[in-house]
Amino acid sequence: MKIHEYQAKEILRQYGVPTPRGAACFSVDEAVAAARQLGGSVWVVKAQIHAGGRGKGGGVKVAKSQDQVREYANQILGMQLVTHQTGAEGQKVRRLLIEEGAQIVKEYYVGMVVDRSRQRVALMASSEGGMDIEEVAAHTPEKIHKVWIDPVAGLTDAESDEVARKIGIPEAAIAQVRACLQGLYRTFVEKDAMLAEINPLVLTGDQRVVALDAKFNFDSNALYRHPEIVAMRDLDEEDPAEIEASKFDLSYISLDGDIGCLVNGAGLAMATMDIIKLYGGAPANFLDVGGGATTEKVTEAFKLMLRNPKLKAILVNIFGGIMRCDVIAEGVVAAAREVHLSVPLVVRLEGTNVELGKKILAESGLPIISGSDMADAAQKVVAAAKGK
Amino acid sequence: MSILINKDTKVITQGMTGKVGQFHTYHCRAYANGANCFVAGVNPKKAGETFEGVPVYASVQDAKNATGATVSVIYVPPSGAAAAIDEAVEADLDLVICITEGIPVHDMLKTRYRMQGKRTILIGPNCPGLITPDEIKIGIMPGHIHKKGRIGVVSRSGTLTYEAVGQLTALGMGQSSCVGIGGDPINGMKHIDVMKLFNDDPETDAVIMVGEIGGSDEEDCARWVKNNMKKPVVGFIAGITAPPGKRMGHAGAIISGGQGGANEKLAVMEECGIHITRNSAEMGKLMQKVLKG
Repeated sequence: MKIHEYQAKEILRQYGVPTPRGAACFSVDEAVAAARQLGGSVWVVKAQIHAGGRGKGGGVKVAKSQDQVREYANQILGMQLVTHQTGAEGQKVRRLLIEEGAQIVKEYYVGMVVDRSRQRVALMASSEGGMDIEEVAAHTPEKIHKVWIDPVAGLTDAESDEVARKIGIPEAAIAQVRACLQGLYRTFVEKDAMLAEINPLVLTGDQRVVALDAKFNFDSNALYRHPEIVAMRDLDEEDPAEIEASKFDLSYISLDGDIGCLVNGAGLAMATMDIIKLYGGAPANFLDVGGGATTEKVTEAFKLMLRNPKLKAILVNIFGGIMRCDVIAEGVVAAAREVHLSVPLVVRLEGTNVELGKKILAESGLPIISGSDMADAAQKVVAAAKGK
Repeated sequence: MSILINKDTKVITQGMTGKVGQFHTYHCRAYANGANCFVAGVNPKKAGETFEGVPVYASVQDAKNATGATVSVIYVPPSGAAAAIDEAVEADLDLVICITEGIPVHDMLKTRYRMQGKRTILIGPNCPGLITPDEIKIGIMPGHIHKKGRIGVVSRSGTLTYEAVGQLTALGMGQSSCVGIGGDPINGMKHIDVMKLFNDDPETDAVIMVGEIGGSDEEDCARWVKNNMKKPVVGFIAGITAPPGKRMGHAGAIISGGQGGANEKLAVMEECGIHITRNSAEMGKLMQKVLKG
């Protein structure tokens, strides 16, 4: 689960990581009032969306007067902000962060991830602050320094100071950076984060170390023990189809194509998308109905797919293991009837009681096209989507 | 012969008395020699009771002492599953298979840290388990699609593994053992670990490895295969069409930081001499072709 920059900074402050003073705003008037309250003569108006690359897309502006704060807030609030992470349609800006301006002397990168191979939390730091870390990793990997953190010892003073020196932090600021890194690590562990970035971490003109931007992604499997993180969820930033799917315990992801697929199991669901593509079609979604494909779940899954105006055909691919194919077939028939299915439906069943399942589909009177195996079903659904 | 488990394996079921545990314990006991293999359950609140004739003990250690079991399978809900693994490791079992999906990653990081220097092997979490056909099945896979034979199967997925097994069986190729290593980012055995066991197993002639997007386990395994494997390997990776940054159902199935894409994995596997297919309907046929030379 992702959160906004201003929320990430709220959390970091609780763990002793300094950030610029600022306030989240939902209207232009609030933005101007926030600037007045912060005082000073320079403010930063920052669009709050979950995607990165906001600055390049015109979502971050430096204002030199309160009138400029008003002007920029007006421009940014409500705009469709397009960045390399939003896709071409962009993301509507509904929230702003108004912050005091900082005099930046030098920018650094600090991040943490769960390293799957080493099974440790990895700290990554670089002198190349403000840059996309993937770019740095691709072109100058020697500029990224890593520490794999021992879960019992935590991030030690020695480790923290060593990495700080490697990325060129001046001696006078080493202790401040230590507080930032150790605070970030404690946040990472205590809040069950999967990814955290402070990019950039800056050294200011008055020799302070400040987190100028912050990003978190939390482990959705651990949200049950973090109501304070769940409270930060912003549904406006999520795909409505994915939100709807999660209500029914369906795992759904929207894609660009026109062939809906309904599958049991994540691996088989991906393989089904892939085989549609292989035979010249384009999948409209990833959809895993889980082990027990009940009538209710299949019905909701059909409804979800049918919301997509581009949808031209549906492929149901079920490997009935312990779940019997006849039960699944009954579910598919009931669901197809309830939603008045308007596009061609191809069903491939395999596993326990498959013959009985196929018989139920054939005798339903519904125009269901039967696929004998994955390849046959994929070819048939691709043809159906093309109107053949 | 087979890998990891056979008809003489004695198994403890952690979480046996819950709904999921009861259901699968019933099916595991009904498969092949299962009735003699699943000898104990664990639930501190129900010690002394029985389920389907299987005695329940207060702890894994008690169950091990009473029955001599060396393996456990875990159906405990996510919030307590990592602690259940810890308990099995503390009891010094040979092998622990964790079926549970949805364990917090930081719980698994701590459990894996505690497992350092211990001899217990972990399979999973978030996996279907493993099976040696006609001998024993430990987990949630449908037993009847399997057939005893000489092909090893290792996979990060559940139903996609059944798909591979179903194709093999339909073409008359039985399996020595099938191992589901699970779809979580922090897990126990990886493709490479299972591959080594298949390489050393005199009753395995060839291996199908089924992978998916996320991480670099398949690449690590492929590089080992290139220099060490004495048997042919057929490979498939799910998720060629998966968009980056999106978690595709499994917690570990995500392309992040430009890493873990399916095409990149397939390229490394092919380079290392693994016979790859991009068509999941062709896994069995490709194996047949490879074995015929």
